[in-house]
Amino acid sequence: MSQLEIKNLHVSIADKEIVKGLSLTIKGGEVHAIMGPNGTGKSTLSKAIAGHPDYTITSGEVLLDGVSILEKEADERARAGIFLAFQYPSEIPGVSIANFLRAALQARLADGEEIDASGYYKRLYAKMDLLKIDRKFTSRAVNDGFSGGEKKRCEILQMAMLEPKVALMDETDSGLDIDALRIVADGVNTMRGPGLGVLLITHYQRLLDYIVPDYVHVMYDGRIVKSGDKNLAHELEAKGYDWIKKELASAKA
Amino acid sequence: MKPPTETDILPDSAETAAMENPAVGIDQSAGNFSYNMEYAFDAGTGLSEDTIRYISSVKKEAPWILEFRLKALKKFFSMPMPTHWATKDLENIDFQKIRYYLSQGQKPKRTWDEVPDDIKKTFERLGIPEQERKFLAGVEAQFDSEAAYSNIKEIVSKQGVIFVNSTEGLREHPELFKKFFGKVIPTGDNKFSALNSAVFSGGSFIYVPPGVKVAQPLQAYFRINAENFGQFERTLIIADEGSEVVYMEGCTAPKFSTSTLHSAVVELVALKGAKIQYITVQNWANNVFNLVTKRGIAHEDAEIKWIDCNIGSRLTMKYPGVVLKGERARGEVISIALANDGQHQDTGAKMVHAANNTTSNIVAKSISVGQGRSTYRGVVHIPKHLKGCKNNTECDALLINTNSRTDTYPAISVRGDKNSTQHEASVSKVSEDMIFYMQQRGLTEGQAMSLAVNGFINDLARQFPMEYSVELKRLIDLEMEGSVG
Repeated sequence: MSQLEIKNLHVSIADKEIVKGLSLTIKGGEVHAIMGPNGTGKSTLSKAIAGHPDYTITSGEVLLDGVSILEKEADERARAGIFLAFQYPSEIPGVSIANFLRAALQARLADGEEIDASGYYKRLYAKMDLLKIDRKFTSRAVNDGFSGGEKKRCEILQMAMLEPKVALMDETDSGLDIDALRIVADGVNTMRGPGLGVLLITHYQRLLDYIVPDYVHVMYDGRIVKSGDKNLAHELEAKGYDWIKKELASAKA
Repeated sequence: MKPPTETDILPDSAETAAMENPAVGIDQSAGNFSYNMEYAFDAGTGLSEDTIRYISSVKKEAPWILEFRLKALKKFFSMPMPTHWATKDLENIDFQKIRYYLSQGQKPKRTWDEVPDDIKKTFERLGIPEQERKFLAGVEAQFDSEAAYSNIKEIVSKQGVIFVNSTEGLREHPELFKKFFGKVIPTGDNKFSALNSAVFSGGSFIYVPPGVKVAQPLQAYFRINAENFGQFERTLIIADEGSEVVYMEGCTAPKFSTSTLHSAVVELVALKGAKIQYITVQNWANNVFNLVTKRGIAHEDAEIKWIDCNIGSRLTMKYPGVVLKGERARGEVISIALANDGQHQDTGAKMVHAANNTTSNIVAKSISVGQGRSTYRGVVHIPKHLKGCKNNTECDALLINTNSRTDTYPAISVRGDKNSTQHEASVSKVSEDMIFYMQQRGLTEGQAMSLAVNGFINDLARQFPMEYSVELKRLIDLEMEGSVG
């Protein structure tokens, strides 16, 4: 079973520390949700783990199955099994989803090995059927002119095809109406299983009605300040984040 | 008329940026090789009347051709370099250090078996897949000055199509070719067309009889294979009334330390209702000056389409043109240019409307990588007395690094009020976020860039025949592989 260990992680952007000592272990089969107010470093955490060049890890460790990934380039981390579902996925004009995914899978093969085209399409169509995605979808250019819902659906399809060990889902629910949210949640739920660990980053409890997490963590000022089960999410929904801030303030005093 | 605009994207600290972003390496190893060939005829280096007389005598040309060449040489010497509008880099060409004629012999080979093994090896090195080699059976491939291999498909000759090299064309079929030779592009059109007219050898002469639709594209494969040797092929394609033909040329060249010059002239004549499509995919080594004049004349209801893809070279200057001479004639230029470090792609199109209800379409896409520079120059001319003429021009530029440069100089002159024209231009960049997104899916930085570039030109690449778009993709992959810093 796979496992992602984040140990006392510190992350800076342009010398400003955003993540200030965060530790978390995600095992295969587990779904962790990280919630918290805006600007507490949730997105920074996911991008730093994925290896975005703008984010500097100043100290701490990230291990995938016991092996540090921090020396690896973003593409090596991806091939090792880290998947980031983007909050704002980029558009790639002129490159169809089918060709993009094919290139991504080809990149995972050894030199000289060629992807089997008919096997690839068979698998792609099977995944699309599973996720209830129209066949025409993959001939469109990646995210080019997509609605918010289509972009998220595209992310989910990529995740299904690339079969990561760990999926970091950054505000996957932002900008989605209830139908789109359900499609995304169904997709993630379909993929849930011992082979996949999930980190859901979300601002709202709403998504967690559809993807029920095993653990809920509250992130504030660059750290996890409170952890619990799914009931913590309901508590946050009812009471907001202020009581946590107050708790923290009184603990400090 | 719109004034020329300049989109010059250079950061304030271009120099520092260049320092921080060290030379973008270009892996042109796929073209970086040469084999020993024994040249049966060699005109030596330098350019004089003697060179011309030598070339003409080796080719056993008729006196009128020698006259044509000698006049052209005078013209060439008398004309100034076009540096008042073009890059000063042209002044670095030393015409006395160039070889103007090399040949392995006069008679083109007719079958694959007769092709020298060295040349077969070259095809192999270029990574042409097995099934494409079969395709090459129908290819007119030029190695150095003359066609080393020429196998005219039986079906083509059965249809009465003449597909020969320039020497054979002028010698065996003067009645067909003399009428149009040097008429679409007069000797004195520009300094380099004059040079070509003086020293030309190789190239294809094609005549397609009335009503004949040539089913498969006719191909030529060019490659420079001797240091300091300039290649000056001459192509003339005549499509008689109602006929149709597609011609394809591709070039890869070995890399040499000193400059080489390629200066071709290509003339197309589409008679009433005829269609000609001329496709080029080229990848010159980055020390080659590629200065080519291409123009076609489209008569009534005729159609000429240039699909032109320029990768590599030190400097490419090429503006395929169509003179729309007859009513309802159509002209089109689809152009892709990729300028990597140390390269300047100065390309564009010319559309001269000379009859009513003529239409022209120009779509140009350029990619500038590192310190590569792309320039678009376009001329569209619709005179006042015409009516019902239409032009559409689109220029899109993609920048891969902040210190890339792109310029656009469209000159559209539309007189009178019974014609229409539209012009669109865009400049976009491959953003860091886009590259990160693709890397996050497992693609290396080079693969990501390559995919972004292929996506940018995808709508144009689709117009290429299958095997050429495969080759184009391979060339772009090679270019982008080394372009990550």
